Amino acid sequence: MALSHLASSSPSRSANLLKPLSSAISLRRPISTDTTPITVETSVPFTAHQCEAPSRTVQTNAKELATFFRDMVVMRRMEIAADSLYKAKLIRGFCHLYDGQEAVAVGMEAALTKKDCIITSYRDHCTFVARGGTLLEVFAELMGRQAGCSKGKGGSMHFYKKDSNFYGGHGIVGAQVPLGCGLAFAQKYCKDEAVTFALYGDGAANQGQLFEALNISALWDLPAILVCENNHYGMGTAEWRAAKSPAYYKRGDYAPGLKVDGMDALAVKQACAFAKEHALKNGPIILEMDTYRYHGHSMSDPGSTYRTRDEITGVRQERDPIERIRKLILSHDLSTDKELKDIEKEVRKEVDDAIAQAKENPVPEPSELFSDVYAKGLGVESFGADRKEVRATLA
Amino acid sequence: MLAIARQRILGQSFQKIRPAVSVLRSYSSAAKQITVREALNSALDEEMSADPKVFLMGEEVGEYQGAYKITKGLLEKYGPERVLDTPITEAGFTGIGVGAAYYGLKPVVEFMTFNFSMQAIDHIINSAAKSNYMSAGQISVPIVFRGPNGAAAGVGAQHSQCYASWYASCPGLKVLSPYNSEDARGLLKAAIRDPDPVVFLENELLYGESFPVSDEVLDSSFCIPIGKAKIEREGKDVTITAFSKMVGYALKAAEILEKDGIYAEVINLRSIRPLDRSTINASVRKTNRLVTVEEGFPQHGVGAEICASVVEESFAYLDAPVERIAGADVPMPYAANLERMAVPQIEDIVRAARRACYRSVPLAAAA
Repeated sequence: MALSHLASSSPSRSANLLKPLSSAISLRRPISTDTTPITVETSVPFTAHQCEAPSRTVQTNAKELATFFRDMVVMRRMEIAADSLYKAKLIRGFCHLYDGQEAVAVGMEAALTKKDCIITSYRDHCTFVARGGTLLEVFAELMGRQAGCSKGKGGSMHFYKKDSNFYGGHGIVGAQVPLGCGLAFAQKYCKDEAVTFALYGDGAANQGQLFEALNISALWDLPAILVCENNHYGMGTAEWRAAKSPAYYKRGDYAPGLKVDGMDALAVKQACAFAKEHALKNGPIILEMDTYRYHGHSMSDPGSTYRTRDEITGVRQERDPIERIRKLILSHDLSTDKELKDIEKEVRKEVDDAIAQAKENPVPEPSELFSDVYAKGLGVESFGADRKEVRATLA
Repeated sequence: MLAIARQRILGQSFQKIRPAVSVLRSYSSAAKQITVREALNSALDEEMSADPKVFLMGEEVGEYQGAYKITKGLLEKYGPERVLDTPITEAGFTGIGVGAAYYGLKPVVEFMTFNFSMQAIDHIINSAAKSNYMSAGQISVPIVFRGPNGAAAGVGAQHSQCYASWYASCPGLKVLSPYNSEDARGLLKAAIRDPDPVVFLENELLYGESFPVSDEVLDSSFCIPIGKAKIEREGKDVTITAFSKMVGYALKAAEILEKDGIYAEVINLRSIRPLDRSTINASVRKTNRLVTVEEGFPQHGVGAEICASVVEESFAYLDAPVERIAGADVPMPYAANLERMAVPQIEDIVRAARRACYRSVPLAAAA
């Protein structure tokens, strides 16, 4: 089983129960700064295609586990809050929630730097936050307000954060994969020694353009990592109904692949670090993250017509990514149950505050209808619905 | 000051010389002549030399020297990292080009013909054109999509469509279409320097044609402003708008009309989006009559937009209904006689101009 580095015994643990996490006189180092190495085994070993699987023994530390826990709690709370806002009609259009899949976002971020690029589909809220986006930017964008990451012009499917090399946020299934390979091309062209992770779902995995892009990436040795977030359902279609071969990690044929337990943040981290090293030397590699979404495909999908409620509760009980990290933290005596619950309370308040702030934020000015159509508008005219009534000059 | 005076003189002398293009060819002339192909090649060469972020991508652009030899010599000069031969997978390589542009590189993606761009049109529209807007300015896309557009000769229905109107309807794109060598050089250089996605519609049949170019055009800093049409020939009786190959036809039609005492003003659009509505409207306000000419399908075409613009802005100035000359409303046939009927001919433009000037009566509608 897992090895615990900290030798403190139970009696001193209980003495700390009433002390805050960062107390100066606590008998152990605060979890949020403790970087003493801890070794953990992944839930299941990796399955490899055309390559040698990395070890299932992962190096981590208390600080990292605390970060994983907190970040995933933020993501979970954020998505659930978005559900309520959507039902309250404050969020319109499409809203695709990521709760259940948080481990992929946090594990990946732990293996990367901000020089590496990430591009994903429309299920992008948590990936955006993992790349440094704020809760206010998320909720304001979802509600179509000025403080949104895309100034309210994009919506749920179009979050971007270029200064963290997060390139969206794409509504067309599969399009992000060639785009991601293009980012990898540019990184190689600029000799940046960095990689691109292009995320897509099991539904998108059958798209022809994916194979076109993979072919070119392999021919040109691009540092591209294709990550299939296999949550087993492409909208309402189960993987076995959509793919003749649902072994997505093998679908790259000549490109190596790895199958990963996507509910285990440490396994995700290990796989992503392995993939990054591989891609920089040998070109594209595929990672298949075995993950699960608790919500339906989007807010208009109850998510229970094509799968059983038992299946959903089963995954929640057996494989929830947050619970896994909680158990790890508790079993290693890195924190107490109460401390973790306090974090959850804190996060809930943070999310509520961000929502309140977002609700107060104004909608975009009418002139914003015409901004950013071009990077360089050339003084050209643009028109509203009634061009005799509404015209603008594009700067 | 001197440079401007020189430009005006050159411009005026070319105004007189240009209608007699055939004369220019048979006499040796002091003005340098280059083909449209040479113009495009030199523009690519200069822009690649000036900016290391510019690179080329497409089928046969490298080792084959370009399917139509537009990229000849560039692989040898700039190497395989900047001139990339792609497999025949438009959706894949166009997406890769757009992704590279997201990161800040300046790709020039060649479609062997724009018919094949339909395989990649999602990336042109949804990934390229709309990104700057959806990201509120974070993700600009400085990419050029170029290649031959419209009818060639005898290549049949799947290889002859004009895409000007489809792409030009999309906000976020800029759509350019050169006619002569000066246009080809100036517009391509402007397109590559522009920070937005540009669709650059060339014409295969024009690649081999020579046109006179001034020293200014040959200078490596030469650029034509995007969004400005050019009055190729001044006139007072009827305005004829055209782009690409049809500019040549319109100029020939103008010569024929002149013999009847009809002086046509020929406008070379150069830019389909943004469309130079002010130049077009100013011309129609002067001539009071308009004939639009294009090779593409008539319904929802470029001429339809120009007609609407003129009706909206200059209705009181029109003395006759707007006439539209366009490709026939059929898929392009192969047989030479049918193909000839499917593409506008000079006599079609002449006839329409005469109708606009009340010099002939249209055929009665079929019962």
